[in-house]
Amino acid sequence: MSKHTLSVLVENTPGILARIAALFSRRGFNIDSLAVGVTEHPDISRITIVVNVEDLPLEQVTKQLNKLVNVLKIVELEPGSAIQRELVLVKVRADNETRSQIVEIVQLFRAKTVDVSPEAVTIEATGGADKLEAMLKMLEPFGIKELVQSGTIAIGRGGRSITDRSLRALDRSA
Amino acid sequence: MPMTEQATGAHHPQPRARSGGQQPAAVEHVTGAQSLIRSLEEVGCDTVFGIPGGAILPAYDPMMDSTKVRHILVRHEQGAGHAATGYAQATGKVGVCMATSGPGATNLVTPIADAHMDSVPLVAITGQVSSKAIGTDAFQEADIVGITMPITKHNFLVTKAEDIPRTIAEAFHIAATGRPGPVLVDIAKDALQAQTTFSWPPAMDLPGYRPVTKPHAKQIREAAKLIVQAKRPVLYVGGGVMKSGATAELKVLAELTGIPVTTTLMALGSFPDTHPLHVGMPGMHGAVTAVTALQKADLLIALGTRFDDRVTGKLDSFAPHAKVIHADIDPAEIGKNKPVDVPIVGDAREVIADLVQAVQAEHTEGNAGDYTAWWKDLNRWRETYPLGYDLPEDGMLSPQQVIERIGQLAPQGTVYAAGVGQHQMWASHFVNYEEPRTWLNSGGAGTMGYAVPAAMGAKVGMPDRTVWAIDGDGCFQMTNQELVTCTLNNIPIKVAIINNGALGMVRQWQTLFYNQRYSSTVLHADDTGHDAVGSQLGESTAPRQGTRVPDFVKLSEAMGCVALRCEDPADLDKVIAEANAINDRPVVVDFIVHEDAMVWPMVAAGTSNDEVMAARGVRPDFGDNEDD
Repeated sequence: MSKHTLSVLVENTPGILARIAALFSRRGFNIDSLAVGVTEHPDISRITIVVNVEDLPLEQVTKQLNKLVNVLKIVELEPGSAIQRELVLVKVRADNETRSQIVEIVQLFRAKTVDVSPEAVTIEATGGADKLEAMLKMLEPFGIKELVQSGTIAIGRGGRSITDRSLRALDRSA
Repeated sequence: MPMTEQATGAHHPQPRARSGGQQPAAVEHVTGAQSLIRSLEEVGCDTVFGIPGGAILPAYDPMMDSTKVRHILVRHEQGAGHAATGYAQATGKVGVCMATSGPGATNLVTPIADAHMDSVPLVAITGQVSSKAIGTDAFQEADIVGITMPITKHNFLVTKAEDIPRTIAEAFHIAATGRPGPVLVDIAKDALQAQTTFSWPPAMDLPGYRPVTKPHAKQIREAAKLIVQAKRPVLYVGGGVMKSGATAELKVLAELTGIPVTTTLMALGSFPDTHPLHVGMPGMHGAVTAVTALQKADLLIALGTRFDDRVTGKLDSFAPHAKVIHADIDPAEIGKNKPVDVPIVGDAREVIADLVQAVQAEHTEGNAGDYTAWWKDLNRWRETYPLGYDLPEDGMLSPQQVIERIGQLAPQGTVYAAGVGQHQMWASHFVNYEEPRTWLNSGGAGTMGYAVPAAMGAKVGMPDRTVWAIDGDGCFQMTNQELVTCTLNNIPIKVAIINNGALGMVRQWQTLFYNQRYSSTVLHADDTGHDAVGSQLGESTAPRQGTRVPDFVKLSEAMGCVALRCEDPADLDKVIAEANAINDRPVVVDFIVHEDAMVWPMVAAGTSNDEVMAARGVRPDFGDNEDD
């Protein structure tokens, strides 16, 4: 098993997320993470899906996704040629003794302190999964009160855009 | 509308306007419901099978005025769905069914799932509660779009009147092109009632739908090379060949190469059964020669087929020596179950036509395949293990014989629709299918009760053909009420009930794998005339006389049919001739047959096709295992 990051461009229509999520569950594929948002084109949404599968089922899931009428394009982003980011908001137990140690860790990971109260510090951090995991490991001994993580989003390196051609197709049909 | 119609312009295809011309017709001021009926007229829909109800009611008012669209009022929405499927399978056009919201829509779920499994072009139109009431658990509300998402090619929820014509155009386009399939259009009641304008053709907006029909030339050349190099090739032909209308092309390819042809359950009739190159149907109940040909082959040329488990048996021992050329219009089918050496994405008709040219080119260069030794093997198997059956010793009717005689006595061009079970397999074995679209059945889903409504739909689509439903007594009890629809709408189908008093195929498995414990497969009363008591009944050894409760003759007569019964082999031909002679009313014949007849050959579920049994306890001896 290995992790694969799929960028799926879809028409921004009601129910599209349900169609995609249902397809994964019906065909027995597990989603590690999922993030959805609109692109530079208001009619196109981009869904970033991280799946943990072998190569052959990955090909099958890509082909099945392509059959969905509202799916415009699917690109697999290789870790080497793409930038991948997650966002974490974490509330860590803190008192006068530990607060400065926590802030030091925040600086080490180039994260941000976004809220402070007498008994806790809330930290915002972005980065790849490895970096965030390392930071959380450092914070764990202080006591993590609450943790919220976004799905991974990813974009390819270099000047090319995966949305260009899909946009043209959409413009033509408009 | 041909199913192979290419997505013109690929990205934004236009529907074909029946009135012709590029100019949109003048704008008409109409209700949403009127625009729906006008759209159906424009896409060329001539028949709708359905039942009205609250939410769809606005559509039924303008339906009454349409001179182009005939509505056939069925007795159950499931019947509407299967009728639309039968219509589509027999004609090649898109079948249309209609139902109201809630239970009306959910009753369509089974036929929609059935059409999805068998890639049937179907448009299901359902009423939905008013857009403001959606999500409030309103009366007769069901999320039919959510429910049918995994069993449709695509579906739509329409909440604005102005979206109706475009959505109908898109639904028909999606249903009929690429790999055909069912499309559901759910329309909110207020969208049907609102005032709007209508003009045709609407601009379709399907940027994500681009079916590939034209095969890749390089892959075709690769395939042709393998074909002329192979020693033991087999054409493994599936329903896609039928759907793309590639029958003529297939015949040319087969005769050009001399390669044996197997046609799957969904493809029967796409290559003439009696053609010398035809070696039968493969699969769990396939002909020994067809099953074995695939097992011993060194090359499979798979055309419009999906390596279904009922064909392959245990997958990792299926066709172990074969290289695989797999052509399908759906890229997701290629390599899904079996690794492929030459994948070809494209419409079967174009693929086969291109293959013919490429093989001819190879022949011109002196590279022709020599399959003489292969045919020696095939012919030996054919002679040793033909399809056949034994007549019951007690003199009762044999179900196989009934079906065989129906096939032999029916007029040319007769369309057959089967239910699911033993009678379906016997109908696939003992009727010769010479033409495409003459064999309708529920292959992928295995939907009991398919036969009567599907036959009704086929007869509506092909009124000049004789249509025989070959049904079982179990299946018949699921959907027979559509005979009322047939009687009242002058749809004179013929139904043969192969009445063995049992759920025969399940009973066969109980005989073979469950120590003859016939749990809940007995449909008839017990020896003493008491009610059937399910599992306790299997113990009796007394001869069975078919299902008599209900009395199918009386039941059919009550529904306005001519009803006949046949119990004696001596009467068989006479009764069939009598049924064939009646063409002004539906005819039902209750054939009381022996309950212990079994379907052979058989590959037990989950075992290898190498374990095919020609008959009970008879394992074919191929005598040539040394080269395996």
